[in-house]
Amino acid sequence: MTYSFPDEVLEHVFSFIQSVKDRNAVSTVCKSWFEIERWCRRKVFIGNCYAVSPRMVIKRFPEVRSIELKGKPHFADFNLVPDGWGGYVLPWIVEMAGAYPGLEEIRLKRMVVTDESLELIAKSFKNFKVLVLFSCEGFSTDGLAAIASGCKNLRELDLRESEVDDLSGHWLTHFPETCTSLVSLNISCLGSDEVSLSALERLVGRCPNLTSLRVNRAVTLDRIANILRCAPQLIDFGTGNYTAELRPDVLSNLAGAFSSCKELKSLSGFWDVVPAYLPALYSVCSRLTSLNLSYATIQSAEIIKLVSHCPSLQRLLVLDYIEDSGLEALASSCKDLQELRVFPSDPFGAELNVSLTEQGLVAVSLGCPKLQSVLYFCRRMTNAALVTTAQNCPNMTRFRLCIIEPKTADYLTLEPLDVGFGAIVEHCKDLRRLSLSGLLTDRVFEYIGTYAKKLEMLSVAFAGDSDLGLHHVLSGCEGLRKLEIRDCPFGDKALLANAAKLETMRSLWMSSCTVSFGACKLLGEKMPRLNVEVIDETEPPDARPESCPVDKLYVYRSVSGPRFDMPPFVWTMDEGKILH
Amino acid sequence: MEVGLKMGFEETELRLGLPGGGDGGEVVRKRGFSETVDLKLKLSSKQGSSGIDPNEEKMTGLTKEKNLLLSATDPAKPPAKAQVVGWPPVRSFRKNILATATQKSSSDESGGEKAAFVKVSMDGAPYLRKVDLRMYTSYHQLSDALAKMFSSFTIGNCGSQGVKDFMNESKLMDLLNSSDYVPTYEDKDGDWMLVGDVPWEMFVESCKRLRIMKGTEAIGLAPKAVEKCKKRG
Repeated sequence: MTYSFPDEVLEHVFSFIQSVKDRNAVSTVCKSWFEIERWCRRKVFIGNCYAVSPRMVIKRFPEVRSIELKGKPHFADFNLVPDGWGGYVLPWIVEMAGAYPGLEEIRLKRMVVTDESLELIAKSFKNFKVLVLFSCEGFSTDGLAAIASGCKNLRELDLRESEVDDLSGHWLTHFPETCTSLVSLNISCLGSDEVSLSALERLVGRCPNLTSLRVNRAVTLDRIANILRCAPQLIDFGTGNYTAELRPDVLSNLAGAFSSCKELKSLSGFWDVVPAYLPALYSVCSRLTSLNLSYATIQSAEIIKLVSHCPSLQRLLVLDYIEDSGLEALASSCKDLQELRVFPSDPFGAELNVSLTEQGLVAVSLGCPKLQSVLYFCRRMTNAALVTTAQNCPNMTRFRLCIIEPKTADYLTLEPLDVGFGAIVEHCKDLRRLSLSGLLTDRVFEYIGTYAKKLEMLSVAFAGDSDLGLHHVLSGCEGLRKLEIRDCPFGDKALLANAAKLETMRSLWMSSCTVSFGACKLLGEKMPRLNVEVIDETEPPDARPESCPVDKLYVYRSVSGPRFDMPPFVWTMDEGKILH
Repeated sequence: MEVGLKMGFEETELRLGLPGGGDGGEVVRKRGFSETVDLKLKLSSKQGSSGIDPNEEKMTGLTKEKNLLLSATDPAKPPAKAQVVGWPPVRSFRKNILATATQKSSSDESGGEKAAFVKVSMDGAPYLRKVDLRMYTSYHQLSDALAKMFSSFTIGNCGSQGVKDFMNESKLMDLLNSSDYVPTYEDKDGDWMLVGDVPWEMFVESCKRLRIMKGTEAIGLAPKAVEKCKKRG
């Protein structure tokens, strides 16, 4: 006789298991656990909105309160995915409006969100609390007005990096006077158009639990002091334009306002900085763990002054104006640094405008033992620097290097950078994310396939010599989930030989490579659980011989079959037929 | 999403001619134009061999790079660097923001913006597209890119039109009275203008968004264009 716990006990135990991965594991133990778990699952994460249909999700998980969806492939960030490709959230909202009246949280990334979707959210979910739109587009301030007025218990409204049609700054006035529930408000992406500043200040003033506030560029420096004084409990603050004529009273007022925020740990914003106002931040600097100066066009000396006041800094985003000297100062001041992102101030200029080289990266790797996550744009690199970095930072989990000119060799030895990246994957055994650049042969992929066993996401551009490169990655990287490739000589052989691998991954993107249309059709035919999408804006792929390479290929696993919302320039290879 | 038939419509050629040769009555511009620039919006059928150049090879990213190599129209300026789509991998909002920031902080006004993303809408098309105007150095290149972008849409009833010349007021009115498509743009002041009116650089700096509208709808923009024609004589 089997002896098992009553369902309620199991359900209670499962309620302590929050992570999606663990929940998924629990549900595979046995049929009864599957049943119990699905009824008490409250949070669902769907990494690719086309991998499953809304109906399927609702059928399996009838009592969801929080959903996270991702739409377009990552390369959409760099305009490689044509507008209109897809990623519409409306069908999801429509289905959930009926099935999940108690839905509280919606988090979306790279999806197309219309005002209609936002209005439907506001109308359908009476207890709606959290809306995060990360890199989304398709909506206007009208949709935001609907959310503001319709969601009586709204806690979080985060529009980070989304593209909003700024029709009117008055949407903020749609938050009723009775709204006091806001905990997080991020409107930094809104244009410079007028935002109703008085409405913002009143809203901030009446929300005592507001701990994260990121305003947009329309909020000028002189208004910041007022806002901060309304919300001294802030932990995370994003300024607007940090610029004004230098006046001592404004400076001291601002300094006073900042010093009244005893919990402030994270700062961002800083468009158009007047360096003379930076000292207003000094009282906060000692507690600062996160600083985003990636829009601030201030020079190295000013950055060094500021950063040297921040010994607790864990995360720094900055422009390459920091230069090697600034990174050396960072390395000596900020021993707790875990994440560094250095963005290019002049990505399209042919001329070297700043002295930021491989030296800066090495300095930080040497001085900051906790460094885990790096995004680094520069114009020159050496294998030696990469090897040193790898040896200094064996705990690195994310390493993204972008040498601005494609196919740039080691500038000292003129060799490819295979050995350098090889050292990264060999020493950093927990590496989950890697972006390559510079001159690279098939050899680097051999290293990656051999050592990068925990790698989940790989981005490749202008690299490799042959199919062997792709084959090494697909056959060697056991944990690979996302692979995105552009402008590499990878083609049919490696793709078809590793077709089964693609079902273990979330997605594969290949553009400007040498995968033929015939191979795409074959892949679609042999692998029914993969959606094979060919994207071509100039003409249908069957207008040319089958051996011709396709422009863009996006392959992803799906349990719901080919989608039906494709635009005219996307074709799906379903069972060898072209569907449209 | 049914967008309609892709076959059976004729090639539409639309040309906008810029005023040729400066003369006394012309307003002083940043750069003088001594040649006529044609803006062609070719929306051709995808089906069959008509409209498709059999010699047009499938482009890899590298060939595209060559195609984007910009030739200077002004011999005094060195050729701009070739720009590859999506490289370096910097997000658009960051590019646009940096552009405005560096413009303000530098005293050099003619440096201009490093990236200029604008939305492009076409009447009848179900969604918007975006272009970076800095990817092109002439109306010619822009019109090629636009034609490629919108060639996947049907453009309905359009007859084949000959060359339209903005220098001639009556021909301009003809164009605007037809059902052809006319590229227009919204400038910094919020005014809608016909594309092709001003020198390319000026256009890039003042263009906020593009709209490809039917000639009959663009008729309202005619007065400005006509006025300009009259100024040039």
